[in-house]
Amino acid sequence: MAKELLEGNVAFAEAAVRFGLRAYFGYPITPQSEALEHLSKRMIEEGRVFLQAESELAAINMVYGAACTGVRVMTSTSGPGFSLMEEGFSYIAGSEVPAVIVNMMRGGPGLGNIQPSQGDYFLMTKSAGHGDFHPIVLAPASIQELIDMVGLAFELAEKYRTLVFIAGDGSLGQMMESAELPPMQDLPKERPAWAITGAKGRESKFITSLYLGAENLEAVNLRLQAKLAEIRENEIRWQEYETEDAELLLIAYGIVGRICISALREARNAGLKVGLLRPQTLWPLAEERMAELARQVRGILVAEMSAGQLLEDVQRAVAAKTSVHFYGRLGGVVPMADEIVDKLRELDEETH
Amino acid sequence: MIVRQEKVIFSGFGGQGALFAGQLLAYAGIAEDLYVTWIPSYGPEMRGGTANCTVIVSEEEIGAPIIRNPSAAVVLNLPSMEKYEPLIKPGGLLIVNASLVPMRSERDDIRVVYARATDIATEMGNARMANLVLLGALVQRTGIVPLETVMIELDKHISDRHRRWLEPNKEALRKGTELAAAQ
Amino acid sequence: MATEIRIPEGMELVYEYPESLAKKDTHYCPGCTHGIVHRLIAEALDDLGVRERTIGIAPVGCSVLAYYYFNVDFVEAAHGRAPAMATGIKRVNPDKIVFTYQGDGDLAAIGTGEIIHAANRGELITTIFINNAIYGMTGGQMAPTTLPGMVTTSTPTGRNCALAGYPIRMSEILAQTEGAVYVTREATTDLASIRKTKKAIKRAFKVQVEGLGFSCVEVVSTCPTNWNLDPWEAMEWAKENMTEYFLLGTYKMTDEVKALKV
Repeated sequence: MAKELLEGNVAFAEAAVRFGLRAYFGYPITPQSEALEHLSKRMIEEGRVFLQAESELAAINMVYGAACTGVRVMTSTSGPGFSLMEEGFSYIAGSEVPAVIVNMMRGGPGLGNIQPSQGDYFLMTKSAGHGDFHPIVLAPASIQELIDMVGLAFELAEKYRTLVFIAGDGSLGQMMESAELPPMQDLPKERPAWAITGAKGRESKFITSLYLGAENLEAVNLRLQAKLAEIRENEIRWQEYETEDAELLLIAYGIVGRICISALREARNAGLKVGLLRPQTLWPLAEERMAELARQVRGILVAEMSAGQLLEDVQRAVAAKTSVHFYGRLGGVVPMADEIVDKLRELDEETH
Repeated sequence: MIVRQEKVIFSGFGGQGALFAGQLLAYAGIAEDLYVTWIPSYGPEMRGGTANCTVIVSEEEIGAPIIRNPSAAVVLNLPSMEKYEPLIKPGGLLIVNASLVPMRSERDDIRVVYARATDIATEMGNARMANLVLLGALVQRTGIVPLETVMIELDKHISDRHRRWLEPNKEALRKGTELAAAQ
Repeated sequence: MATEIRIPEGMELVYEYPESLAKKDTHYCPGCTHGIVHRLIAEALDDLGVRERTIGIAPVGCSVLAYYYFNVDFVEAAHGRAPAMATGIKRVNPDKIVFTYQGDGDLAAIGTGEIIHAANRGELITTIFINNAIYGMTGGQMAPTTLPGMVTTSTPTGRNCALAGYPIRMSEILAQTEGAVYVTREATTDLASIRKTKKAIKRAFKVQVEGLGFSCVEVVSTCPTNWNLDPWEAMEWAKENMTEYFLLGTYKMTDEVKALKV
């Protein structure tokens, strides 16, 4: 397939269709409604399920229902809708069914605005619902990576029978970029063995997240934790840029991650030996690699469109081995490369 | 190494076609096998009432799609002129819709093309083609993509509703290049 | 596990578990009518021959463990969301028979939005709605259908409608939606009403088998434990009080539904 100019929201929606999305349930919210609009046309063309729900709460529970029957299903939303879906996330996690959710983050708290933000990092990685669980959180930085991560999200969701979030933001959803879509995949003919399909020729079974009895539920939780440990072992993804000789290290994800590529180029031109670590999974996070690099560099600068959420994980990961600075913009303001370069200069001076 | 690259802001009132002109440049960039990003009214440049987009066309992989200082700006109205003229990088290019911008740049470190684009487009039958007159001028001055490629992409991406304006639109692009070449 | 019944010589079996019911001991309180309605559903599924393609959705409430009692596939919903889950299941599995089993807190309070929109979309699902005017599982608090003046653990001096609002009549509301084709309110307050309820449940499933639209059977039921009455008194109380506010009868039945042979 050739490269085309694709808008983020349309790109992930179309990618999902091609990766075998069987059903989409969603509720319009800016800045990702273009995905829902695209799917309202494409899913019907393909003879698949599209439904505009009465709320995000209903949408995620429709996703939950469809997921129990072993099909590829997803929804997409932004901050306020994501908050409303938390109930469903917890049930999906407790029931261990696969589902993919795209969150194009916008400025908060409350109604906030519709500008890009990364303020849902804690929500996605640490507090996606009641109880002990972590969804896998993927963080694309370009339209191509967004497309590729839709396929990855379905694979991981099914492999581990877990929730997978794709953490985008308003700018990634609204921007257009040259990228290539995958070829159309056939829908699988079979449902997985665990799926609820009607008790034909076998004993009846059920999917639940209810386990009365503390020991029962503890055993279930231990099994979930073992699965999370396996995910931590196998699924940490990140990209490094010019870290070999780096004396200063940038850490940033998503759109800020690529803004940091520009900052890195500028800073290198100005003679600063800067490297960049861009996490592609926010949970699990490349903490060990951060700790290694912390021993190599004089200082770390974490940049985010939040008040410092990834920052807390970086601080924990590097455990005071090096000085950790922060640059964050809030409320939908996107940091500019030159602002990050200024911060790198300050970090350079302070750590000399 | 000199990288073939332009970072362009297109800005005007909603309905003047700033976003479409930007998209057309982006399509042409892809056709020329370049990296391309297009992003609408986001970041600190956001302002109510105007529609703008940032287009980056580059030989190297694009980092930030949102920039403070463009290498070129296409301003379709006065508020856009006031906002982006000071932000253009030294040595950069400013394309002004002189029909609606009654002022001249006082900077001596940038190149400026003044085109009475709205008047020209009106004479050609539709004031809304001013965006393509200005895009023609931009393409002529930067050489980032060939005019022919822009024409081909216009043909591919013009909506059915506007298809009857295809030839006049091409003519508008041509007028823009001629005008820029003559200044 | 329930013990196997041995039939003494010279006697014959006249009553047994429907195939759609699992052979489990019940956790429901003595005199609770959940067990009756479970059985009526199982008989309807058997009669229609759809057990192997049925998927049930259990609610949150006393019947949260409904999936233990049915010999059909089940999923467990969050409180009130069963109709949304049912929508997700039915839309991707149109050949399945999908039903929700919900109580009054589940359907008429926390899940009001989901049930109204599922009905209004005409989802091809069946809802069995148990209305016993109280929250059983959490210990007898006020339900959206608690009667005026009725004492519960959260209306200790009786439901004061000026403060707590009025009991909500869901069948009447659901009957207003275009997507619903069969909405009826029945009861389990005596043998005659139970027989009628059985017929209504069977009709509701038949509506789904024929793909006619959304169907719902509300069942006025009892909660002896939280009403502080013995089972017999509870049935009498329901007959005298509940059915006065919640009038029994069919609130919507399209001609197509009427024509179904049940």
